Amino acid sequence: MKNAAGREIPAHIAGINNIRLYNGPFSYIPQNTGVGKKIHAGKPHTNKILASISEAIDKTGLKNGQTISFHHHLRNGDYVMKMVVETIADKGIKDITIASSSLSPCHDFLIDYIKNGTITALESSGLRGQLGKYLTMHPQALKRPTIIRSHGGRARAIEAGELHIDVAFMAAPACDYQGNATGRIGKSAFGSMGYAMIDCAYADNVVLITDNLSTDPIYPCSIPQTQVDYIVPVEAIGDPTGIASGAIRMTKSPTQLLIAKYATQLMDETGYLKQDFSMQLGSGGASLAAAKFIREKMTANNITGRFGIGGITGIFAQMLKDGLFKTCYDTQTFDTVAVKSLAENPNHLEISASFYANPWNAGPIVNNLDVVILSATEVDLDFNVNVITDSNGICMGASGGHSDTAAGSALTIIVMPLVRGRLPMIRNHVQNIVTPGDLVDVIITERGIAINPKRKDIIKKLQHSKLPIMSIEALQKIAYSFVGEPDSVRLSTADNDIVAVIEYRDGSILDVIHKPLI
Amino acid sequence: MTEMTDPRTRLRRTMMFVPGNNPKMINSADIYGADSLMFDVEDAITITEKDTARYLVANALKALQFHSETVVRINHPTQTPFGMDDLKIILPAKPNMIRLPKVEDISEVELVSNEIERVEKENNWPKGTINIIGAIESVKGLYNVREICKHPRMMAIALGAEDFIANLKTQRTKTGIELYYARSEILMAARDAGIQCMDTVFSDINDMEGFDREVTNSRDMGFDGKSVIHPKQINEVHRIYTPNDNQLHHALKVLAAFEDSTKNHKGVLAVDGKMIDGPIVVRAERVVNQAEAAGIDIEKKREEL
Repeated sequence: MKNAAGREIPAHIAGINNIRLYNGPFSYIPQNTGVGKKIHAGKPHTNKILASISEAIDKTGLKNGQTISFHHHLRNGDYVMKMVVETIADKGIKDITIASSSLSPCHDFLIDYIKNGTITALESSGLRGQLGKYLTMHPQALKRPTIIRSHGGRARAIEAGELHIDVAFMAAPACDYQGNATGRIGKSAFGSMGYAMIDCAYADNVVLITDNLSTDPIYPCSIPQTQVDYIVPVEAIGDPTGIASGAIRMTKSPTQLLIAKYATQLMDETGYLKQDFSMQLGSGGASLAAAKFIREKMTANNITGRFGIGGITGIFAQMLKDGLFKTCYDTQTFDTVAVKSLAENPNHLEISASFYANPWNAGPIVNNLDVVILSATEVDLDFNVNVITDSNGICMGASGGHSDTAAGSALTIIVMPLVRGRLPMIRNHVQNIVTPGDLVDVIITERGIAINPKRKDIIKKLQHSKLPIMSIEALQKIAYSFVGEPDSVRLSTADNDIVAVIEYRDGSILDVIHKPLI
Repeated sequence: MTEMTDPRTRLRRTMMFVPGNNPKMINSADIYGADSLMFDVEDAITITEKDTARYLVANALKALQFHSETVVRINHPTQTPFGMDDLKIILPAKPNMIRLPKVEDISEVELVSNEIERVEKENNWPKGTINIIGAIESVKGLYNVREICKHPRMMAIALGAEDFIANLKTQRTKTGIELYYARSEILMAARDAGIQCMDTVFSDINDMEGFDREVTNSRDMGFDGKSVIHPKQINEVHRIYTPNDNQLHHALKVLAAFEDSTKNHKGVLAVDGKMIDGPIVVRAERVVNQAEAAGIDIEKKREEL
């Protein structure tokens, strides 16, 4: 069956129930009622502190076939998932689904536990590292394809009851004896706990794992004690070097800076860079570098913005501190400078993944975005964007908030180099779609800018622009003139060779990732 | 309007050095908007890489389409064993110009020019397909600069300060006092010969304030442009070389008056009460060219008149 993005979706995919085809970005009107968590009535003066993860697993009654969840605020420094999965395996519990808000290379250890049957399914924002390679080449290692969701899509799936979590194991950089927790302080401080908030609010059992158990009450807290069943103190929840980089630095690459400059100029010429505008910048080189030029332009034109959303970096935190923006909404904090800002600046607000981007609540903040600047692994002539599979069809990235922000924002700009290595980044058809072309307005490369023909208003505004604007076909031709046209990746069509299902943020099937024949 | 690609008059506000042995930099060299690109197979290239660089640059010139003017800085044709070999490989790839470094004597220009002429004939290219920009980098060269500038293939002359300073036994200063005479002398020689004159590089890429100061000074002295070593210097030079509104309005008035007088066979002409003659018209064309290259909408400005 072909969906509205032109992708062939099998009518039946083993292990995926209720297949609903993607039918356009806002076409599906949900009639659902949301779900709630199982009621746990805490008794007076109960001690929530447990001696070990093993004890926590026993107390929650985790059984074969259940779903456990993790957040990815510890990024590539996470110790918690490994500690939990090892303990589960030791107990002989099998057939567990891991629903993590994302997975990093530090989770490559999962391969061993997939092989021994402890873990049999994954739901995540993406697949990377050795795990991504392994699952792409061995899709049958799991009992069903991995479900890929955007950050907003995951929050939606949890709140709508499509993703039911039996036990949430949540790393907490600071937690008091009742379970009030925050990510702002502690040796493993990572800032916002935006993804964890949803899991704690909806999982049947919530276990906090902390390396900073505080005798003083934690306030303000990101996770309230009302949602927390057990607390396990451990030596360390993560490796500080992998959790948050120091200050994320502005790129020095002249190409990235040129692309960033074009993006800013385009925002200005189309009238989006105006008093009280709002924006989100991706954390990639060129999108982040746009902050430099946006700042210059804002200062020169004497304007201030209303808010920023993130993925907050120190670079944005500094703009906030300097009064260029009134506030920022932070679901995930990217570097130590931004962590400090969240702890100290009252205008730096922590939000949940649902507040950020859930399409099924009355007002995710992405709906109020004026501009978003995002990266891409590759795009195609229909402006579709892939950020999940590489040029060989191997899973190497994550959906993140890409389609969420693209859907919400009034102007969606994609920034990327026209050629990477010896590959053109504008394909006839992207390997896999994460963000449908209907949501993408402008693609900016170092050699030219293509505007989605559907955005006639932007084309009109830029008709006298000196920016290097051309059709996407012309831009592709330039790329081909350097490196030629690549062969397409041959894919297995076998039913059981589906590696992953990419859900659009509303839960419909946007694309499936097939095993490549390489 | 002057044809902007006429090698004698084309805009050369910026000439960016690109190491000839770096494929990535060569590939992306022309996206930053430099008026000229100078692929270097000379000082940036170690002896063991000389042949690699010359073949890489030649193949890049053949395979890629550069929007900017292309210049190749060869090794010196008599003082090094590499220069003539460079020409053999580079010339058939048809760069717009050869940059002759450390030029000290007209005979060196003739040697390169003869080689160019031979290749032009072999390929049936019109005479003047490939031209020369010389770089004065020694006192001896400076003393011969007037004769050097007058060679018919010489389109521009540049100052190469690093070697020149070593020759003077001094160092670069922020004021540029040590180069004042050389800059003046080279500029006079260029103007006397009717060719362009490029200022030397500013090598501290993190000192943008110092860079701005130096570019402003050399613009005010009369230089046509600046050699640059990093893409971020390009915009600064172009900004400094962009005429302001008053200058542009005046230039457009001059050109309009000139056109009017040619069409209607008028005699003496004046703009804002001042007499207009040949050099003023040439200067006005230059101002308009610079403004146009900087992205200013000339037609709109003309309507504003």
